[in-house]
Amino acid sequence: MKKPNDIILKTVTNVAVVIILTFSINLFISGHHNPGGGFIGGLAFVAAIVLLFLVYGIEKVRKNIPLDFKVVAACGVLISVLTGTAGMIFGKPFLYQTFGFVEFPIFGKTELATAVLFDVGVALAVIGTTMTIIMSIGDDR
Amino acid sequence: MSYFYLVLATPFIFALLVPILYKKINPRVHTGWFVLLVPLVLFLYLLSYSAEVYERGAIYLSLPWIPSYDINLTVTIDGLSLIFSLLITGIGFLVVLYSIYYMSKLKEALHNFYVYILLFMGSMLGLVFSDNIFVLYVFWEVTSISSFLLIAYWFEREHSRTGALKSLLITIFGGFAMLAGFILTSIIADTYSIQEMIGKINVIQSHPFFIPAMVLILTGAFTKSAQFPFSIWLPDAMEAPTPISAYLHSATMVKAGIYLVARFTNIYGGVAEWFWLVTGVGFVTLLYGSINAVKQIDLKALLAYSTISQLGLIMCLLGLGSAALYFDAGNEGTVYAIAIFAALFHMVNHSTFKGSLFMLVGIIDHEIGTRDIRKLGGLLHVMPISFLIALTGSLAMAGLPPFNGFLSKELFFTSVLQAAEMPFFAMGTWGHILVAAAWIASVFTFVYCMIVVFKTFFGEQKTDKLKKQAHEAPIGMLIPPLILAGLVIAIFFYPDILSRYFLQPAWEAVLPSFAENPALQIEISQWHGMNREIIMTLGVVAAGIILYKTMKKWSNIYYHYPKVLTLNSIYELIVEEMEVLCLGITKRYMTGSVRDYLTYILGFIILIVGGSVLLLDGISFNMSGNSEVSFFELGLLIAIVITAFTVMFTKTRMASIIAVGGLGFLIVFIFVLFRAPDLALTQIVVETITTVLFLLCFYHLPKFKKEKTSASFKVTNVLISVGIGIVMTIVALSAYGNRLFEPISGFYKNSYEVAGAKNIVNAILVDFRGFDTMLEILVLSMAGLGVYTLIKLRLSRGKENEETK
Repeated sequence: MKKPNDIILKTVTNVAVVIILTFSINLFISGHHNPGGGFIGGLAFVAAIVLLFLVYGIEKVRKNIPLDFKVVAACGVLISVLTGTAGMIFGKPFLYQTFGFVEFPIFGKTELATAVLFDVGVALAVIGTTMTIIMSIGDDR
Repeated sequence: MSYFYLVLATPFIFALLVPILYKKINPRVHTGWFVLLVPLVLFLYLLSYSAEVYERGAIYLSLPWIPSYDINLTVTIDGLSLIFSLLITGIGFLVVLYSIYYMSKLKEALHNFYVYILLFMGSMLGLVFSDNIFVLYVFWEVTSISSFLLIAYWFEREHSRTGALKSLLITIFGGFAMLAGFILTSIIADTYSIQEMIGKINVIQSHPFFIPAMVLILTGAFTKSAQFPFSIWLPDAMEAPTPISAYLHSATMVKAGIYLVARFTNIYGGVAEWFWLVTGVGFVTLLYGSINAVKQIDLKALLAYSTISQLGLIMCLLGLGSAALYFDAGNEGTVYAIAIFAALFHMVNHSTFKGSLFMLVGIIDHEIGTRDIRKLGGLLHVMPISFLIALTGSLAMAGLPPFNGFLSKELFFTSVLQAAEMPFFAMGTWGHILVAAAWIASVFTFVYCMIVVFKTFFGEQKTDKLKKQAHEAPIGMLIPPLILAGLVIAIFFYPDILSRYFLQPAWEAVLPSFAENPALQIEISQWHGMNREIIMTLGVVAAGIILYKTMKKWSNIYYHYPKVLTLNSIYELIVEEMEVLCLGITKRYMTGSVRDYLTYILGFIILIVGGSVLLLDGISFNMSGNSEVSFFELGLLIAIVITAFTVMFTKTRMASIIAVGGLGFLIVFIFVLFRAPDLALTQIVVETITTVLFLLCFYHLPKFKKEKTSASFKVTNVLISVGIGIVMTIVALSAYGNRLFEPISGFYKNSYEVAGAKNIVNAILVDFRGFDTMLEILVLSMAGLGVYTLIKLRLSRGKENEETK
């Protein structure tokens, strides 16, 4: 088969993937106060990887990201459940979330919330599951 | 939070660690040595509580779990839960020690084994301590599941699998019945706490749902404790490794039903229905188990039937004791209350002697290679220590001195004799029948105890039938049953220590209204003169010896019983018929075609949503408050309609996929117009990913071509699509005009103060409704794994299947 001439696609992808990944992380972090959050952040992250799939093929991506995404999904669920139980140690109900303000040297007054930890779990579960589904279907040739 | 919760959680935490540790240390060190710590530490820790409970009475702890549903991890530490928990951890320790020598570290999947055991131990402890009935129910089912896993431990054997399935079906059936009973009780009493229910006995007992709730709860207890006619799962459960049979299926799990009955005696007891149900079922089980045990040729099956019969004995003692609650308090009731004490006493005794006997059978199986009594014999000289264990265990079970079984058997006879003279609950001639049944069951018990000792250890050695050269077991396998045998004798000589510190508090927990009575100090004595009980025991011994000697002449009777009428064949018939019926129903609607499923789903939506809109008079179009439709909105609408039609009429599949994606992106603009950035963002990413997924599946789809379809198919499609369109339009239009409830959005307005988040949407997701999100990602992950397994399994097995076709 003739090799497709996709030099433009590849060059754009190389730049775009970095931007999408950065944006997805930004989406995740800003979720507490602005639009975003674990679910959207996670999906945007997947979108970046999917772009790599389309351009470079599944095998190449798998070689460069040697992650078992089933494990990622499991870790995500585990993190969410465990951060939920953390509240119980302090005598609070399951899935109790709290927040506080901490003074950091460079960032100044910063808000830290336990909900973000829970959100990390959500993001990982979303990334893991979506990637598992896409990779298994994509593999099935 | 009390440390007690942490201690209760240790088995679960260790269960997580075991597989990791197994990978590290196996096969250098047996994993059991590590697991052994758990029951030991728990036992000592709980022992420290028993002193406190003895001095100060019950302790109550509470930890909120899901407070909005009033589900709390409330713990009751009283005599009853302590005696059970000490049995669980004490026997657990011995069983784990025994299993270290029984389970080979080279051949067996030890990590599974110990994970299941720890899972069981933890849930069983949770069961006996929890005060909230729904928490209790969850632990109850986890014990059923861990029992299922342990019975099917050697899952490559067919018998293990069927036995496991049988036990699961029966116990889970009972569990569901019990759950229904719990729900009824909680509705009646308006509380989930057992302790609070005790305060509302009058409300519960006068309610019309009292009897149904009672029967349902008892069904749960009877299935778990292998009472007639649910007892059939226990003999099949003997396919499990012997340490498991000794632990779950004789000493602990099967006693969960006993625990439940004891716990609820105070709430439900005192009425004739409870008395006759518990006592009657107990007596039938007692007779059924002991008579069937005699005909067994497999030593383990014999012990299984004997366990059934002993559980029946404990159950009927609990039933007899509930008569005490017929009187409010005071002296009239106390004579019957002794039966409860006897039940608890016999339960402890049964755990000791039956545990040692099971371990003995395990030793014989392990060292000789068979459990068939026809092949055994003359082992006395080869295995002298095992013989001692067998002798102690069997004679205790038969109820002879100087073993603890004698004491509790005497108490059993006392209780039955007293109950026979009971002037209420329509006892009448039934009293004599009960006494006769108790006596006959004891005779058969005596006979099978003789079989265990004499058929195995005396007579000729049948070396030619054995695969292995017989020899004594390693010392590690002998120590646990020897400890139990030592206890059997020690309890006979010093019963008062056990009675004062453990049985008395437990008994007071079952019957708190009698606890204040200072005259009630039950003394257990080895000899109370020549009374009726002793005469009954002597009669049992005499009749038992005669029956054993003449066994060859009468044992043929067993084979005359028609096989069709056995409980097992009835069970099999039910299961078979159910399978046929369910398969028939399922095949009707599970056609395997996605189109049909879509028809069901959409048709259902039309019926339910459309129907409720019609019935509730929901159709009202109120356009007065609407704002003007702007130019952008109109433009978007036209674009959406055009794209939708493109999807329908395009000639290639690729174009329609892209059109569907375009439709999604157009909706994003609507979200943007209405200032919902979160929704817009989510829609963008979801649309991107689904389009890619669609393209991936593209490869597998059949060729896009004009299909010839029947007219009825087309008509259904038209009906469904038009119906859905109309229903959705009506709902969307009338949603604005109708307001059935107060909007809940006000609650989330102060998200910044409550959750510290300016983004309400995300605060709802991770904080306000965190539980939903957690379950959602769980479901999502499961769906992902489902897709993975469906595709991967088909890939790897595809060839195999084709070859076998």
